[in-house]
Amino acid sequence: MDILFDSFEEWAKYCEVQKVLPHIAVLEYEMKQKNRTKEEIWAGLARAFEVMREAVKTGLSDDMRSRSGMIDNGAKRVKNASVSVLGENFQQLVYNALAAKEVNSCMGRIVAAPTAGASGIMPGVLTTLQNLHKIPNEKIYEAMLISAGIGLIIERKASIAGAVGGCQAETGTAAAMASGAVVYCLGGDLSQIFDAVAITIQCMLGLICDPVAGLVEVPCVVRNASAAAIAFSSAQMALAGLKTVIPVDEVIDAMGEVGASMESKYKETALGGLAATKTAKMIEKRVLVSDIEILPDDTQL
Amino acid sequence: MAERSSIFDMIGPVMIGPSSSHTAGVVRIGLAARYIFGEQPDVANITFYNSFATTYEGHGSDRAVIAGLLGYATDDDRIKNAFDHAKEAHLEFHFKGVGNAGIYHPNTIKINMEKQGKTLEVLGISRGGGLIAIREIDGFSCNLSGQYPTLIIEAGDVKGSIAFITSVIANDSVNIGTMSVNRTAKNGTARLFIEIDSEIKPISLEYLKQLSWVHEVKAIPVVT
Repeated sequence: MDILFDSFEEWAKYCEVQKVLPHIAVLEYEMKQKNRTKEEIWAGLARAFEVMREAVKTGLSDDMRSRSGMIDNGAKRVKNASVSVLGENFQQLVYNALAAKEVNSCMGRIVAAPTAGASGIMPGVLTTLQNLHKIPNEKIYEAMLISAGIGLIIERKASIAGAVGGCQAETGTAAAMASGAVVYCLGGDLSQIFDAVAITIQCMLGLICDPVAGLVEVPCVVRNASAAAIAFSSAQMALAGLKTVIPVDEVIDAMGEVGASMESKYKETALGGLAATKTAKMIEKRVLVSDIEILPDDTQL
Repeated sequence: MAERSSIFDMIGPVMIGPSSSHTAGVVRIGLAARYIFGEQPDVANITFYNSFATTYEGHGSDRAVIAGLLGYATDDDRIKNAFDHAKEAHLEFHFKGVGNAGIYHPNTIKINMEKQGKTLEVLGISRGGGLIAIREIDGFSCNLSGQYPTLIIEAGDVKGSIAFITSVIANDSVNIGTMSVNRTAKNGTARLFIEIDSEIKPISLEYLKQLSWVHEVKAIPVVT
C-alpha cells in the first residue's frame, strides 16, 4: 500500500494500517514518489529551516524598504513598539512573520511555503514556537514533514495557487500547515492535527487575492502576520480538544469549491478588491512601467 | 495522471523573492538563454511582453533576467544587485516593454544576445511556480523546460541522421524524454531539440560534433 496524500482520511488510515507515525508516512511518500533518500530529505528540511531562520533575522536587521515603497520596515517597527497588545510572545510572532515576508518583498532569500506570497507564515510560526517552547531542531523537521503532508493534500483537493483559488489557497494553506506543525510539536495526535487544519481553513475561507499594483506586498505582508496568529489560535483550540464539526476533508473540498467559483478579478489579477481602489490605482500609476509599446492589432511577431 | 508533487514543492523551493513566476522563473529564463548562447553575452536587449511589460520593475524581473544572464541560480542573493554585478562583468543591457502581443503567453520574455558578431534570440515564458518553457531559439520553435539536460543539434538534413543521433544517445544508456525536429527548407538544415534524463558522455558529445553532416551541437545543463 502506497500513500499518495489524496485525502486526510487516507493519511490516517495509512498510519493505522502500516503502524507508522504521521510524519513517517510523509517521509515514505517522498522516498517512494521522488526516489529521495532519508538523508537527502532530512538535509533538505534542515536547509529550509535554516533559510527560514535567516529570513527572520534579515528582516529584523537589514533595511526592508521595497522598491515601490509600500513595504517599509514593518517588522522592526513592531519589534520596537512601545505598546504590546497581547504580551511579548504575540508581538514576537507578529514581527517574525512580518520579517520573513518583508524579506520576500525586498528580493531576499526565502522558502516558498507553500508559495512565495505566503513565505512569512511558516517561519514566523516555527521560529516563535521553537523560541518559546525550546523545541529541538529535529522535532521541528518532523513537524515540517507534517506541514508538507497537509500542503500535499490541499494541493490535490483544492489549490495552493492564488491565481487558481485566491489568497485562501496561499496564506490559508500556509496557516493550516503551520497550525498542524504547532499541534505536532506540542504533543497533539493526528486527529488533533486535522482539527487544527480544519479550524484554520474555516477561519481563512473565502479570502481573495487582490494585490495592489500586482505586487506581492499589500495586503500580502500583513496577511502573513494575521495568518500566523490564526495558526496559533487554531492549534490552541485543537490541543484543548475542540473538534471540527465539519470533517477536514470536507472543509478542504469547500475551500476548493469557493476557489473555483471565485471571480477571476479576485485571483491575483489585480483587478478587484483592494487592487481596484482609488488609492491602488494611483499607486499603480507610480510603480508600473508606463513606457511600453502598444502594437498595432495586425502585427506579426 | 499528473506527476505527484514533492514535499519540497510544499516547503520550497528556496528562492529569492518576491514572486516565483516573476522573479525565480525569470532568472531561469535568463540562465537558459546564457546556456544556449554558450557564454555570457556582451550586450543583451530584453523585451518584456504583456503582463510582464508593466510589472517587470515591481517584481524585480529586470534584475532577475540579468542575474540569469550572469549565471546566477534562483536562490543567489546577488540577484537583488544584479545591475551592479552586470557592470563589473561588462554586460550591457536594455529593456523594453510591449503591451499587447496577443499571440504570446501573458508572461513572455524575448532576449537578444550579442558578443563579437555572434547573435542569438531566445523567447521564453514563465509558466508559474518557477516553471519555464523556452519556446523559440533564433526563430526555431521548441518547448524546453530546463528541467532536463538538453541537446540542441543543428545538422544537415541527410537520411537516417535522426536515427543515428538517437542511437549514439542510447549507447550511453541515456533515455530521451522529449524530442522535436525543426527543418528549414531553404538550406536543408534541421534543428533537433532533445531533452534527455541524464547527461551523455563527453566523448559521445565530441563524436556528434565531429560528424561531417553535423554543424553544431550544444549541450545545455539543467537550469537550476
